[in-house]
Amino acid sequence: MNDPILNVKNLTVDIPVSGGTLHAVRGIDFELNRGETLCIVGESGSGKSLTSLAVMGLLGKRLQVRADKMEFEGRDLGSMPQRQMQALRGDRMAMIFQEPMTSLNPAYTIGDQLCEALRLHRKVSKAEAMARAADLLGKVGITAAESRLRQFPHQLSGGLRQRVMIAMSLMCEPDLIIADEPTTALDVTIQAQILRLLADLKREMNMALILVTHDLGVVARIADKVAVMYAGEIVESGSAKEIFDAPSHPYTRGLLNCIPVPGKTKPGEPLGSIPGIVPSLIGDVSGCAFRSRCNQAIEACASTVPERSAGGEHKYRCIHTQLTSEVA
Amino acid sequence: MLAFALKRLGLAVLVTFTVSAISFSLLHLSGDPATAIAGENATEADIAAINEQYGFDRPFAEQYAEWLWNAVQGDFGQSYYFKLPVAELIADRLSVTMTLGVCAISFALLTAVPLGVLAAIRPNSLIDRIALFISVAGQAMPSFWFGLIMIVVFSIKFRLLPPSGSETWRHFIMPTIVLGYYAMPAIMRLTRAGMLEVLNADYVRTARAKGAGAGRVLFKHALRNAIVPVVSLSAVQMGFMLGGSIVVESIFALHGAGYLAWESIGRHDLPTVQALILIFSCFYILFTLLSDLANAWLDPRIRVG
Amino acid sequence: MTSASAQTSESIVAVSRSVLLRRRVFGHYGLLFGLAVLGIVVAAAVFAPLLAEHSPYTQNLAARMKPPFWMAGSDPSHLLGTDQLGRDYLARLLYGARISLLIGLVTALISGLIGTALGVAAGYFGGKVDLAVTFLINVRLAMPVVLVALAIVALFGGSLQIVILVLGFLLWDRFAVVMRSSVMQIRGLEYVNAARAIGCSTPRILLSEIMPNVANNLIVVMTLEMAHAILLEAALSFLGLGVQPPTPSWGLMISEGKEMMLFQPWLITIPGIALFLLVLAINLLGDGLRDVTAPEAKG
Repeated sequence: MNDPILNVKNLTVDIPVSGGTLHAVRGIDFELNRGETLCIVGESGSGKSLTSLAVMGLLGKRLQVRADKMEFEGRDLGSMPQRQMQALRGDRMAMIFQEPMTSLNPAYTIGDQLCEALRLHRKVSKAEAMARAADLLGKVGITAAESRLRQFPHQLSGGLRQRVMIAMSLMCEPDLIIADEPTTALDVTIQAQILRLLADLKREMNMALILVTHDLGVVARIADKVAVMYAGEIVESGSAKEIFDAPSHPYTRGLLNCIPVPGKTKPGEPLGSIPGIVPSLIGDVSGCAFRSRCNQAIEACASTVPERSAGGEHKYRCIHTQLTSEVA
Repeated sequence: MLAFALKRLGLAVLVTFTVSAISFSLLHLSGDPATAIAGENATEADIAAINEQYGFDRPFAEQYAEWLWNAVQGDFGQSYYFKLPVAELIADRLSVTMTLGVCAISFALLTAVPLGVLAAIRPNSLIDRIALFISVAGQAMPSFWFGLIMIVVFSIKFRLLPPSGSETWRHFIMPTIVLGYYAMPAIMRLTRAGMLEVLNADYVRTARAKGAGAGRVLFKHALRNAIVPVVSLSAVQMGFMLGGSIVVESIFALHGAGYLAWESIGRHDLPTVQALILIFSCFYILFTLLSDLANAWLDPRIRVG
Repeated sequence: MTSASAQTSESIVAVSRSVLLRRRVFGHYGLLFGLAVLGIVVAAAVFAPLLAEHSPYTQNLAARMKPPFWMAGSDPSHLLGTDQLGRDYLARLLYGARISLLIGLVTALISGLIGTALGVAAGYFGGKVDLAVTFLINVRLAMPVVLVALAIVALFGGSLQIVILVLGFLLWDRFAVVMRSSVMQIRGLEYVNAARAIGCSTPRILLSEIMPNVANNLIVVMTLEMAHAILLEAALSFLGLGVQPPTPSWGLMISEGKEMMLFQPWLITIPGIALFLLVLAINLLGDGLRDVTAPEAKG
C-alpha cells in the first residue's frame, strides 16, 4: 500500500485566449495515498478547480492539459483513451461539484440519476440499483430515502441535493473522491454537517479525498495534507500540522492572518487582508507571482524562485529561507 | 397540474370567444353582405329581400348571438356561393390542410432539430455556418416565391413533381417543403440556443463525471432539457402554419381549407370566411393549449409543483 | 483633484465603450451586409426617377416581354427587359422599392406605437393591466394574420393605405411581448426606484428612465417587423388582395409574371430576388443590432 493512489507531476493547463495563452495551472505536483485527505486551498482563479477537473478529464478540448506524470492507481490518465477514462470516471474516481442547485438534471428523479451512476459501470438490475441508492441516501443522512428517490431535484433543498450528489459519487464505491468547494453554496450550519459527513465516509470506506476550498477553517478540520495554490502554482505544501504550525510562504501566512482566532483576535481589531489582486497569467510568467502583493518582496523575486524544504514533506516556493518577521 | 390545466383551458375558451366576436364584427361592419350576395346588378328590392331572408336587418348583437349559438353546435350557416352548409364544405377540405400541416411540421422538425443540435455541438464550425445560412435565408424567403421557383425547377425543368393538385402523395412534397421551410428557422435557432445553454449546464458536467458517454450525455441529459421549449414553439408554429397554408395552397392549387378561404374571400362568401377564421383560430388556440400541457408534463418543475 | 480624476476615468470608460461598439459593428459582417444592401435599396427608391429612363406605368404593347440584358434579343434601353404590358421592368423594380420600404416603415411605426404602448403599460403597471394586455396579445396571436388581412382588404378594397393600416393593426404583438418583458426587467431596478423616491411623475419615469433603456430592443423589433410587413404585403399583393394594379409592388410583379413563368422565368426571379435581398438585409441588420448592443444575449 505504499504506492500513492494519485501521483501528479508537473501538471499544466493552458487556455488559449484572444491575445495569447492563459497559463492557468503552471507545473504542479502532488501525491495522495489511500485514506488521505488532500486540501487544495487558494482564492478564486488560482487554478484549483481546473486542477481537479484536469484529473477527472472533464476539461473541454479547447484547454490544453499536459503533465509529466498523472497516474491514478498506477495507470497514466494523460495517455488514456477517452473510453477507458469514461470507464474510470464515476467508478474508481468520482466528483462532487460546487453548485448542488444546478448539478442535478431537472428532468429526472433522484432515483433515476443515482441508478444511472451505478448502472453505467455495473451490470445490475434497476431494482438492485434502486436498493443501493436508497441504502446510500440513508448513509448520507437522508430520511425517508424510498420516497426521496421518486422526487425531482427541484423538490429538495440545497443541502439535501448536495447529500444526493455525495451519495451519487459513492454509488460505485470509488477509490478517490474529488469535492470541488462542496459547501460554498450552502448555509453555514449545513456546511459543517456536509464536511463531517465527507470525512466520516472517507474513513469508513478507506477512500482518498481531494477537497478543493478557499476556506482555511474547513482545511483545519479535515485535512491530512494541504496544498496552497496561488496563481496556478502550489506555493506551499505539507501536512496540515506543518502548514498550520509553521506557515513558511508569505501568502500562506497572509491567508492564516485573514481568519479571526477566538481569544487571540481582540474585538475591534482589524482582520488581516492581502492587498492587491492576482496578476494576469496571460503570456510568459516568470519569478514569484505573489511578489506584487508581498511585503517581503526583493528584486530577486522577479527571477526564478527556488522550491525549499522546511523539513519532511513540507515544501514552499520563496526566495527567503527564514521568515522571522511576521507578515502584516 | 389539474388546476393548471383547468385555468389554461378557461383562458383558451375566453380567447376563442373574443376572437369570434372580433372577426364577426370586423366582417359584418366592413361590408354590406346583402350586396355581396345579390351581385352588382341587384335592385333595391332584391337587396331588401335578401336582408329579410338572411336577417341582416336585425340588431347586430342579435345576429352575432345567433351565429355563435349555431357555431357552437357546429352549424356555420350556408355558403353564399355554394349554397351548401359551410360546415360540410370545410370538413371536406380540412383533411388536406391537416395533412399538409403535419407533413410540414414534421419536415421542419426533422431538419431543424438535428441541424440545431449539430450547430450547437460545434459552434462556429462549417456545419454551424451552413445551419445559420439556411435559417437566415429561410426567414427572408417569401414563401409564395419559393413555391413558384420550386415549380419552375422541379415541375417544369426536370418534370419530377406535379405542379398542382392534391391527388397523390407526390403532390404534397413541394408544399410540405415550402411550408416547412417557413417554420424551420425559428425552430433551428431555438434548438441551437437551447443546446448551447444546456451543454454548459452543471448537470451535463455531472453526467460526464458519472462516466456517461458522449451520446448519452447529448441525448439523455442535454437534448431532453433543451427540447422542452422547442415542443411549445413547434405547436405555435403549427398554428401559424395552418393560417399560412392559404398562401401555399393557393400556389400549388392544393384543395384544402386555405385554398377555400382564398376563393371565398374573393367571392365575398362571408359565412365561409367567418367560419374559417374561427376554425384556424381554434386550431392555434388548441395547439398552444396542448403545448402548454405538454410542457408542463415534460418539465417536472411545473408538473410536480 | 478628486473630481478631475473621476472625470478622466469616466471619459476613459466612455471612449473605450464607443471604441468597443465600433469594433463590434465593423467586426459583424451580417450587420455590414445588411446596412450596405439596405442603403442601396433606399438609394434606389429615393432616386428612382433619376435612375429609371422610363415611367413604371407607360405601356408599350409593341415591346412586350423584352428579355433582360444578359439574354439574347435584349433591348439596351430596357436593361431588365419589359413585362407583359411592355412596361420597363427596371423602372417597376425601382419604384417597387418605394412601395416596399413605405409599407415596411409605416406599418412598423403604427404597430410599434400600439405594441409599445400596450407592452410598456403591462410591464410597468403589472397586475390587472398586465392581465388585460396579455389577454389581448393572446387574442391577437390566435387570429390568423394572412386570412384576416386578406378578408379585411377584400372587404374594404385594396389600396396602399388600407394594406398599411390593416398590417399596422395586426402586427403589434411582438412589440407588446418584447416591451412588456424588457420593462418588467428594469421596473424594479435601483435607478427606477430612485426616480420614484424623489417624486418623479409616472409619465416622466416612463419617458426618461424606462424608454431609453428599452430603446435597443424596440429598434431590433422594429427592423424585424419591417421585414415581416414587407413580406406580408408582397404575399397579399401576390394573392391579388393587397396593393392593386398598376401599382409597381414586387409581390404584384411576381403575381403578374406567374402566368408567363414557364417561358420567361426572369419575370418572377428578378422581383423575387429583390424582395429576398431586402428582407434578408433588414433581418441581418436587426440581428446585428441585437448582437452589437447586447452581445451577451447572442444566441
